[in-house]
Amino acid sequence: MLDIKNLHKTFNIGTPIENHVLKGVSLRLAPGDYVTLIGGNGAGKSTLLNSVAGTFFPDEGSITIDGIDVTSLPEHKRAAYLGRVFQDPMMGTATTMSIDENLALAYRRSKRRTLRWGVTNKERARYRELLANLELGLEHRMSDKLGLLSGGQRQALTLLMATLTQPKVLLLDEHTAALDPKTAPKVLEIGDRLIAQHNLTTMMVTHNMKNAIQHGNRLIMMSGGRIVLDIAGEEKKRLTVEDLIAKFSQASGEEFAGDQALLG
Amino acid sequence: MLALFQGSVSLGLLWAVMTIGVFLTFRILSTPDLSVEGTIILGAATAARIISEGGDPFFATFLAILAGCLGGLVTGVLHTKFKIPAILAGILTMIGSYSIVIRILGASNVSLLRLTTVFTFLQDMGLSNRNAVIVFGLVVVAASGALLYCFLGTELGSAVRATGSNRNMARAQGINTDTTTILCLMISNGLVALTGALVAQNQGFASVDMGMGTIVIGLASLIIAEVLFPVRNVWSRLITLAAGAVLYRLIIAVVLELGMAPTDLRLFTAITVALALTLPLIRDKFSKMGSHGKGGSKDA
Repeated sequence: MLDIKNLHKTFNIGTPIENHVLKGVSLRLAPGDYVTLIGGNGAGKSTLLNSVAGTFFPDEGSITIDGIDVTSLPEHKRAAYLGRVFQDPMMGTATTMSIDENLALAYRRSKRRTLRWGVTNKERARYRELLANLELGLEHRMSDKLGLLSGGQRQALTLLMATLTQPKVLLLDEHTAALDPKTAPKVLEIGDRLIAQHNLTTMMVTHNMKNAIQHGNRLIMMSGGRIVLDIAGEEKKRLTVEDLIAKFSQASGEEFAGDQALLG
Repeated sequence: MLALFQGSVSLGLLWAVMTIGVFLTFRILSTPDLSVEGTIILGAATAARIISEGGDPFFATFLAILAGCLGGLVTGVLHTKFKIPAILAGILTMIGSYSIVIRILGASNVSLLRLTTVFTFLQDMGLSNRNAVIVFGLVVVAASGALLYCFLGTELGSAVRATGSNRNMARAQGINTDTTTILCLMISNGLVALTGALVAQNQGFASVDMGMGTIVIGLASLIIAEVLFPVRNVWSRLITLAAGAVLYRLIIAVVLELGMAPTDLRLFTAITVALALTLPLIRDKFSKMGSHGKGGSKDA
């Protein structure tokens, strides 16, 4: 479903702060793969995710989504194939617009926008149903502006928006990192439910080893701009945090030094 | 006193159309656009030239709107495609417009006295000059407000609002933010040029220097509306914008009546706008001093 080949990305080329972030990353996701992506700061996780999303273009390599080469497709055109949830709860929604309007924006992700009404009553009925499934009471607040919602509610809604049109690939960029410890598991659970429901191919970046182990069917660890670990199937199911730390030191030849990754 | 009131209302209604345009870029798109200083005279000059050549005033006004849209298009392309900061892109359009306006006018000003304008048919129906402008102004403000309100409710309008609210999110939802930005700038400057065309026909001439300070007048009206009428939905906001523009004219008329030199007006307006823009900051400071700990942002 997603095929990344030999991806390279360097930021600030030719300046003193030149940073070679991706050093030849290749990765292939089968349809329905739910991959958790873990690694220390600067490992290149978010850069990899953003290259897929089209936030910037890679210097080298190619990205193919369901057979379509999207390597040089601009961000807004690629959006038709992708669902995205950002780390910052402010990033994924239009805060000055209402819940139903936000959903309607997401619903039209792959369509041409015309002078027809932005939200129809038929849509509203469907949104109300979908919101009720989230069990956050948002179905009674459809005309509330997003700015009035809590971070957790926003992320749950962004998840719903991202999966509304069944994207070919769902990209989750540490989408629970900014949430409080009580809300984060709830949003993760909602994500798991939506992913299972639509059998979505998913890439989830996380800082949290436990989450990386508990969710998805495949775990990938990055270090220094390369993929150093790729664990799937039964082996992933039996994985513990201790295993992961040991494997990391082995694979990257350095001590795992990330307090954040151990927390939780 | 009645004449002063009538004059302010008529002028205010014409400038209300521009205020809606300024609102569209400043608030809906969150992009400050200074090209309005140029597109207002572009509109005035286009209409004035055609009318002075004996053209139909409605057709002239329509072409003026298109001229304004064109100005917005230039600013939009400079800003989105060539990555020039919005303010600078607007200034470039504004400066360029001056030369174009002089070419359109063929002189630094053109008189429209005793020529047929869009107001003439109402005067022929027996309305006084001022009342004709008030009636026509009301119709134009109501029509442009209603059209804009409907537009903002469409799929395209929603895309424009999403662009102003959160560009990253808009792109993630498949919105070409360059296109929506250009579109919004075109509509905004079309409205501004419409005001230019109507003001020129009302005052009986178009001159190259009538655009100076337009943006500050627009902002002053917008801020008066926002400070005096803290409404939330777009529909009420559009109505209050017209009220803001009229109130601004009334305030100006009153201070002039009280003996302020007309040449000091721009300073007066600039100071008023600066104060009004600082007001929320001052209010926040006071409310923080009043209740410690409560002032923090609710979004962690």
